[in-house]
Amino acid sequence: MLRFILKRLAAALPTVFGVLVVTFVMARALPGDPAAYFAGPAATREAIEQIRAKLGLDKSVPEQFGIYLRDLAQGEFGKSLSTGQSVGRELVTRLPASLELVLGALLLSMAIAIPLGVLAATRPGSWIDHTARVVTTAGVSLPAFFTGLVLIYVFYYLLGWAPAPMGRLDAFASAPPGLTGFYVIDALIAGEGETFISAVSQLILPIVALAIFTLAPLARMTRAAMLEVLASDFIRTARASGLPPSMVTYRYAFRNALLPVITTLGMVFSFLLGGAVLVEKVFAWPGIGAFAIEALIASDYAPIQGFVLTMALLYVALNLVIDVLYGVIDPRVGLEA
Amino acid sequence: MSAVPALEVRDLSVEFRTRSGIVRALDNVGFAVGKGETAALVGESGSGKSVTAYAVMRILDPAGKITAGRAMFGGIDLLQQSEKDIAELRGRDLSMIFQSPRTALNPIRRVGAQLADVLVRHAGATSAGARTQAIEMLKKVRIPDPERRAMAYPFELSGGMCQRVMIALALACRPAVLIADEPTTGLDVTTQATIMDLITELAAETGMATILITHDLGLAAEYCQRIMVMHAGHVVEDAPTSALMQRALHPYSAKLIAATPAASAELDRLASIPGNLPDLRRADLPPCRYCARCERRTDACEQPLPRHVQPDGHAVACWNPL
Ligand SMILES: Nc1ncnc2c1ncn2[C@@H]1O[C@H](COP(=O)(O)OP(=O)(O)O)[C@@H](O)[C@H]1O
Ligand SMILES: [Mg+2]
Repeated sequence: MLRFILKRLAAALPTVFGVLVVTFVMARALPGDPAAYFAGPAATREAIEQIRAKLGLDKSVPEQFGIYLRDLAQGEFGKSLSTGQSVGRELVTRLPASLELVLGALLLSMAIAIPLGVLAATRPGSWIDHTARVVTTAGVSLPAFFTGLVLIYVFYYLLGWAPAPMGRLDAFASAPPGLTGFYVIDALIAGEGETFISAVSQLILPIVALAIFTLAPLARMTRAAMLEVLASDFIRTARASGLPPSMVTYRYAFRNALLPVITTLGMVFSFLLGGAVLVEKVFAWPGIGAFAIEALIASDYAPIQGFVLTMALLYVALNLVIDVLYGVIDPRVGLEA
Repeated sequence: MSAVPALEVRDLSVEFRTRSGIVRALDNVGFAVGKGETAALVGESGSGKSVTAYAVMRILDPAGKITAGRAMFGGIDLLQQSEKDIAELRGRDLSMIFQSPRTALNPIRRVGAQLADVLVRHAGATSAGARTQAIEMLKKVRIPDPERRAMAYPFELSGGMCQRVMIALALACRPAVLIADEPTTGLDVTTQATIMDLITELAAETGMATILITHDLGLAAEYCQRIMVMHAGHVVEDAPTSALMQRALHPYSAKLIAATPAASAELDRLASIPGNLPDLRRADLPPCRYCARCERRTDACEQPLPRHVQPDGHAVACWNPL
């Protein structure tokens, strides 16, 4: 298993390198001149050229790339031009914020969509099947940032149930001592009840907004996978052997249906990463999405490159997790290979 | 045949509601199998053999509806049992073996565990006891090195080995009736013979009634005491094997036999039987569903089908038998 993981990681290296090259070139192809941006609107041409030289942007692109790689190898992601902050440090604090949203939404979505899909498949044509269809159709046609705005309007503005959409904690709470960077988990570890409650209540609306968006593909795939498995020969054998319906549905059908569902989970996870960018904006969430948008507007190379590299590594990790899960569930997928 | 048959099917009719209309898959199907008897259900593909088995086991697709009939087993009508009661009987008193053993087993569960599931369900075994019993069963169907094979997944076994596991699964609880639906189709010839020998041997050992479903008349004649011939959802002839092979009464049976020159030849050569099965979705299906293909058709064939029974139990549903 360990060898399998190492092998897969090694196989991902060229992909990551490719991503590095493409982002590096793309960032420089973007319209906008960081030296001019940094120098400010009143700067003279000379001042701009000076700054360009100071930033190393007067060197050839391959030369710049070499310097970038050398810095990366030392764990140095560079500095943001607009904030002067270390990109590495920003990513380390912002990534957990985004992951907290995305993983929370994924868990919520799974908790609703998978049982819904299973029930819809085992009772085709029933009210639950129809409900599932309506819910998923409605969900997929609502972009997460829009749902987020509606949720804020209803639950914060009209009803006053939800806290102000102003980041990860309310104004009176302070961040728990960071181990994981996930406030919910850190607050639990530190035993800070109020911080925990504050973190959870800030999370609810953005998580719901994101989860609603991903219900549809998950529920639909679960239903389709279950229907297909339920129609297969070995389910007929299980029924002919008199195994109780619950065992046929869960131990026999559901475990087999999990395989396509896990693939969909991977896809849904990447949807969520994309959807989170705008949702973070709506909820003033200090995640990497908001960070990337600002960097993009400023043509700020280092944060853009850092962001895309983080995403690429995240996808590599995600695919690895999916492959390992596959191997754990399906003996036909050899983890030794 | 003994006085009280192990399984007696009467007037069984099954319809499938499909988008393109109602498929009248079975119409008044009737037959009986005695304790310890091995009988064959023979007919070309699509004649309703599997549907008959599924209806009796009550494992039809949701689209399939049993519209009439009885299936008497041990004094009860299988078709009237609640889903819960019939599930108790399945796998314990009534068992079934399927075609394509590779796909008939759960691909991601060890075969020993699949066997144990059935034993825990019906034989009241504990999970530890079920493991030992499962290995016993694998030994009984002559799987070499059963302890190791119990830990195998279906994809690690050959088709023949998978079919042995299926047999072990079906016979684990010593059922009174076994339905084997094309158990050897798709296996190579030598494996076919060993699987058939194994089934008949275990059946004889336990006094089980066995229904062999096959499109291979040669195979049926070799292993079965009696043969029921099906055509388009009707049982057209039901006779002791020797009587049927020597003197078939139904024109369709006669064509089948003519198309099966050697004991091992298959009905794949049915090209020699002219015409096709009728479209079972037609609302105006004639009483005799063979009449469009029949050379002996007369005006009498428009009447509801008769059932002539001879003293030796040789029955035929035809107005103009041979
Ligand atoms: N799920 C189904 N839906 C519609 N028609 C079906 C279904 N299953 C079987 N049938 C019809 O029932 C008839 C008998 O099929 P079957 O019993 O499988 O034949 P065979 O004798 O080859 O086992 C066929 O005409 C088939 O079209
Ligand atoms: Mg069949």
